[in-house]
Amino acid sequence: MSVLVDKNTRLIVQGLTGKEGTFHAVQMRDYGTNIVGGVTPGKGGTTHEGFPVFNTVQDAVNETGANASVIYVPPAFAADAIMEAADAGVALIVCITEGIPSLDMVKAYHYIKPRGVRLIGPNCPGVISPGKCKVGIMPARIHLEGRVGVVSRSGTLTYEAVGQLTALGIGQSTCIGIGGDPVIGTTQRDAVELFSNDPDTDAIVMIGEIGGSAEEEAAEYISTHVKKPVVGFICGQTAPPGRRMGHAGAIISGGKGTAAEKMAAMEAAGIHVVKSPADIGAKIKEVIMSRK
Amino acid sequence: MKIHEYQGKELLRRFDVKVPRGIVARSVAEAEVAAKELGLPVVIKSQIHAGGRGKGGGVKLARKMEDVHSIAKQMIGMNLVTHQTGPEGRTVHTLLVEEGLRIKKEFYLGMLLDRAESKLVFMASAAGGMDIEEVAAKTPEKILKAYIDPAVGMMPFQARQLAFGLGLPAELIGKATKFMLALYRAYVELDASLMEINPFLLTEDGELYALDAKVNFDDNALYRHKEFAELRDLNEEAPLEIEASKFDLNYIKLDGNIACMVNGAGLAMATMDIIKLAGGEPANFLDVGGGASQERVENAFRILLADENVQAVLINIFGGIVRCDMVARGVVEAARNLGVTRPIVVRLEGTNVEEGQRVLRESGLNFIVANGMQDAAAKAVAAAGN
Repeated sequence: MSVLVDKNTRLIVQGLTGKEGTFHAVQMRDYGTNIVGGVTPGKGGTTHEGFPVFNTVQDAVNETGANASVIYVPPAFAADAIMEAADAGVALIVCITEGIPSLDMVKAYHYIKPRGVRLIGPNCPGVISPGKCKVGIMPARIHLEGRVGVVSRSGTLTYEAVGQLTALGIGQSTCIGIGGDPVIGTTQRDAVELFSNDPDTDAIVMIGEIGGSAEEEAAEYISTHVKKPVVGFICGQTAPPGRRMGHAGAIISGGKGTAAEKMAAMEAAGIHVVKSPADIGAKIKEVIMSRK
Repeated sequence: MKIHEYQGKELLRRFDVKVPRGIVARSVAEAEVAAKELGLPVVIKSQIHAGGRGKGGGVKLARKMEDVHSIAKQMIGMNLVTHQTGPEGRTVHTLLVEEGLRIKKEFYLGMLLDRAESKLVFMASAAGGMDIEEVAAKTPEKILKAYIDPAVGMMPFQARQLAFGLGLPAELIGKATKFMLALYRAYVELDASLMEINPFLLTEDGELYALDAKVNFDDNALYRHKEFAELRDLNEEAPLEIEASKFDLNYIKLDGNIACMVNGAGLAMATMDIIKLAGGEPANFLDVGGGASQERVENAFRILLADENVQAVLINIFGGIVRCDMVARGVVEAARNLGVTRPIVVRLEGTNVEEGQRVLRESGLNFIVANGMQDAAAKAVAAAGN
């Protein structure tokens, strides 16, 4: 098993006909993801790369029974696209788009919340359950099917961690890139909860970064609810305060959200924290071996 | 994006947020003219993008024209060091000369995004004029909060609750409510990421003012406020960061001697961290973006190498979908075009990695090929001579 996406995922691509949407739709299909269509307003009724195109998400859902959507539309329209998907009853929405204004995301977040849908991202690489389904932009070939769950706020740093695991022959159940923005649909804590309840995930890698307190909240949840071993890493240990480190959410403000604080909270919660990003894979291996 | 106090106040005035009368001055003569027009006493305030100006000697009261002269003379061009500027401080180029008001009491108002709630939070405190971070740390109960439902916006009852909570007398509640709602409107319409009025001032004659104004904008929303480009003050930015911003490169200058060029913000931070762990010091943060195209790599190289402290460059690209041989060819071309002589440690990962490494080795340039982040960091530290 895995979490969020698998062979039952029926995916639509919002922004299918754009450059990014087209490229990644084809990549996802090549991986075996069941893409049932795409949405581009005004191009409904046409076919693009063999995918049927619809004008609205509602049309796409009615026609195809889609249960998931991935969003590649530009930042100015992305919050609207998220809300459209939620309104059409799509259960899982993965928003790749980077650069959405915060206030737009605040609106979208609270619009979708009572509708009971799950949002991953925005500003994220997406979700992959290796060997089953890929929804996003991550390079498929670095992944290996297995039993470690990975959650991270960053894109390429997730690939780095996954690459280390795969090189050691350790496969992944699902890898979730939750995104680097201050307002995101699924937090570290939410992702850890999914993995904790997944019978086919044995261990968890949690990669965080400076800014906010999501890692501290996840650590608190882990200390009281999670029996599975968790390996953690926080990037930005050398980041200067008050500067936005690429991600909109990666900023130490008012002395809060430092790597040191997060690492201390995670260690106190029993998480195996590594200082070096090069040690993530080796630490998981050590933790798994010690349990056998 | 940060702006100056005088710019923030100018914007707030448009939303009917009451601010003191003030005039911007860039010379002693201009400050004197401003003081004459406003009438004495005046407050002279250094305009830099950092807080704590008062404690650092950047805000002074002038009761006589001679004081205006001497204070302005001393402030313009001064290097102002506050707890937010770092020890190097900031040069003062601009002054805000304001009417002196008779202070009865100082409060604090602030608004920002609460990440845990994913909502805007409006904060008010009777402990105004002080360092609010200290108040928040030591006596968090002294900060009142109202979380704003984005569907309806800030409601008058929320502003009233805060106003009563501040202990304002009944006859001022209406005025304070209006003030706070105007501030909220400004925040939303300007796509701010932070607004702080500290102090929020009650005068002896019962008026409420934004005596200071800190306004930051959400960078992601700047596309819908093209006019904000005029508010940018290049004096407040490091020259190399200005150069990087022209190419949409995410670059932050640091003090070390190992430059890094990485794709992805998280991996870029992690690369800085591992350099430090290997005994070196990163010279910068730089995210060249997912594709790491030759053009971007070339621009990035120029910026990194313009930093004279740099002894070695570490390139860490996790190619993923882009092919490593393409990235390698781009790196080689860029290094060749620029005649780079300083050692370059390259760590590539992704499709066609062996071919990429071969391209680097056979280029005849000063590349050191690394396997994995640990190896890359160790080689970079060695190359930089640490």
